[in-house]
Amino acid sequence: MANYSIGIDLGTTNCALSFYDLTADGARNWQESTLPIPQLTAPGTVEERPLLPSFLYLPKAEEFPEGSLALPWSKKAADPVGEFARGHGIKVPTRLVSSAKSWLSHAGVDRTSALLPWQAPQEVQRVSPVEASSRYLRHMAEAWDHKFAHGKGKTERAAGEQEIILTVPASFDAAARDLTLEAARQAGLKNVTLLEEPQAALYAWIEATGEGFRKQVESGDIILVVDVGGGTTDLSLIAVTEQDGEAQLTRIAVGDHILLGGDNMDLTLAHHLNQELAAAGKKLDAWQFASLTYGCRQAKEQLFSDSKLKKAPISVPSRGSALVGGTIKTELTREALTGILTDGFMPRTAVTEAPQTARHTGLTQMALPYAQDPGITRHLAAFLTRQARALEASSDAPIPMEGKTFVHPTAILFNGGVFKAAALKERVVEVLNDWLQADGGQPVTELQGADLDLAVARGAAYYGWVRQGHGVRIRGGTARSYYVGVESPMPAVPGFEPPIKALCVAPFGMEEGTQADVPPQEFGLVVGEPTRFRFFASSVRRDDPVGRMVEDVTHNEELEELAPIETTLPADGQAAGSLVPVNLQAAVTEIGTLEVRCLEKSGAGRWKLELNVRMKGEE
Amino acid sequence: MAFRLLFDGAFARQVAAGLGALEPKAAAPAAPKPLPPPERVHASALLLLSGLQREGRLMDFLQQDIAGFSDEEVGAAARVVHGGCAKAMGQYFAFDPVTKETEGAAMTVPAGFDAQRIRLTGNVAGQPPFRGTLKHHGWVAREIRLPAVSEALDPRVVAPAEVELS
Repeated sequence: MANYSIGIDLGTTNCALSFYDLTADGARNWQESTLPIPQLTAPGTVEERPLLPSFLYLPKAEEFPEGSLALPWSKKAADPVGEFARGHGIKVPTRLVSSAKSWLSHAGVDRTSALLPWQAPQEVQRVSPVEASSRYLRHMAEAWDHKFAHGKGKTERAAGEQEIILTVPASFDAAARDLTLEAARQAGLKNVTLLEEPQAALYAWIEATGEGFRKQVESGDIILVVDVGGGTTDLSLIAVTEQDGEAQLTRIAVGDHILLGGDNMDLTLAHHLNQELAAAGKKLDAWQFASLTYGCRQAKEQLFSDSKLKKAPISVPSRGSALVGGTIKTELTREALTGILTDGFMPRTAVTEAPQTARHTGLTQMALPYAQDPGITRHLAAFLTRQARALEASSDAPIPMEGKTFVHPTAILFNGGVFKAAALKERVVEVLNDWLQADGGQPVTELQGADLDLAVARGAAYYGWVRQGHGVRIRGGTARSYYVGVESPMPAVPGFEPPIKALCVAPFGMEEGTQADVPPQEFGLVVGEPTRFRFFASSVRRDDPVGRMVEDVTHNEELEELAPIETTLPADGQAAGSLVPVNLQAAVTEIGTLEVRCLEKSGAGRWKLELNVRMKGEE
Repeated sequence: MAFRLLFDGAFARQVAAGLGALEPKAAAPAAPKPLPPPERVHASALLLLSGLQREGRLMDFLQQDIAGFSDEEVGAAARVVHGGCAKAMGQYFAFDPVTKETEGAAMTVPAGFDAQRIRLTGNVAGQPPFRGTLKHHGWVAREIRLPAVSEALDPRVVAPAEVELS
């Protein structure tokens, strides 16, 4: 039995770890619940930091003095992760692995193959996005063990023995969730449960607010969680209902995967200033550009925290030792900040204005599919509008939607370092309230009190305690329905692909630890040969029962194609090449992953279909 | 006697010889353990410099002759030093003022005050409690979090030379 619940926020740019002593009585002191993570800050220097930057550096053998990459728990030099990896990697970009998490959810590539750093020279031993994620997790697990399970008789306190709650974006699809879990397994973490990040943020708020949270929200409320991390924007809607006098929380919808975050904002500011510098004949190298980006972040925070300032100075240090004279001076004006950042990323738009590319469909592109439209408010509008239509069409929607153009949130919870800038929070609230007013709704209230950087890890650890039967649990089940592709029988016509229908195998809102009904459709599996199904998901088709056929998937905007699922039927006892009739069945495991199985029609045979990690036609 | 040692070289040599005579002339059974070299004894000081250089380019700034530069250029560099060194200092230490009184305000120094924490200036005379004006609030470290340094490295290297391969 685990003594601790360990919450791990495996972020695109930063990781954090929080813990909850499950054996202690009463609530924990949540402010002191995060583990400072020792990491290399320079060769030979190990320092504790509240966050572990999600960067991995793959050094050349003779690059650093022997023993200088050792960690307190390992004399053997491992590839550095964290602050030093990030800081040095800026100067050696071809050996730096970054944004592994974004690659983990990128269905356009084989996510288990060694492809990072993306532009590494031949001699670099590349790693897969799964491996990189696993290195960050292993580092945190070892930091935990070093602190809590160091020495004799303490092995039961090791991270591998504890209850691990690992967070993923709500928008992660089934395969990305599986891969996150695989990374945890590789890191030696055995008891892992996945939790959606916006839910973790809400749990952190609930813990920080204590019993008072019941006074701040009431039945009928809809909480919108806007989580803008370093690399992703993650949206969720959570409804507050009442049953037998008890407050119930149900996550009713999650947004699409939007690769757009705080890093993009700082980069945009830096590019703007870099253009000005270039026009003045000042050229920055990659390291200086990184310094400029960092300077922009500081200047941004300075301007946002003091509304009287008209501008903030930025100094970009020289590479050489002649600092005085070699330092390049520039400044960020409030005008540029508001124009580029506030108006660029949080534009005042109508709720009807859709993002330029609403959903990423470029499944064949190899580089990361960054969001085409930087307007977070437009993505938010699209999300609320689409979900309103989905809820309206649903027979058992948890909230009434009649007469509303979009879902009307009553409360908003912000998460992510971006929102340290109060002006950005205010802008989102302002835009949302404009929409609400025009649509006959009431203004939203902001839920305050959670730490923007550490809330996800803290909320995750708290969820481990909630799972033991304490406090309020957020329900909701899967935020998507899942389908397999079925070819319509028709005579072969050269040049025409037969239309594909989608058969629903997993309905919307499946709870953890449940399995779906078995659809009546039969499939023939060829013994000894790999069988593969095209796989689809929808975040808006809330009412499809198992067995429902959706016509013509290629022209259906409600469905999104995922990487295929496949299995090979072992030839034991049966002649290879013979056809075995099967039914498909989906289940959601206790730990929060989706499984699709083949059930033998006339026997007890069961085979798990693997969620593939790359799209059809990529091999 | 201290003054005589300082000013009277001949006497000092006599004393030194006398001190030497007091030491046992017999061969020492074990050679005295050699003191570690100064960079090991003071490794944390070098490490601090290294950190201030890494984050805030302090070495570069102090080693440069700035006489020929304009205030504007010095100012631009000072922002790098200030921003980076403040961040590094914040990671290594936490400081408090010695006293919470406001500078420029009247202050009473009681009898038995801590002479390390409070320095009297001006007309230092009379009996406590002393009445005066706070000129500087002082600084005292509340937390010290200097990292451990790897034994594998030579602490004298405050910053490595950087060679960029093309």
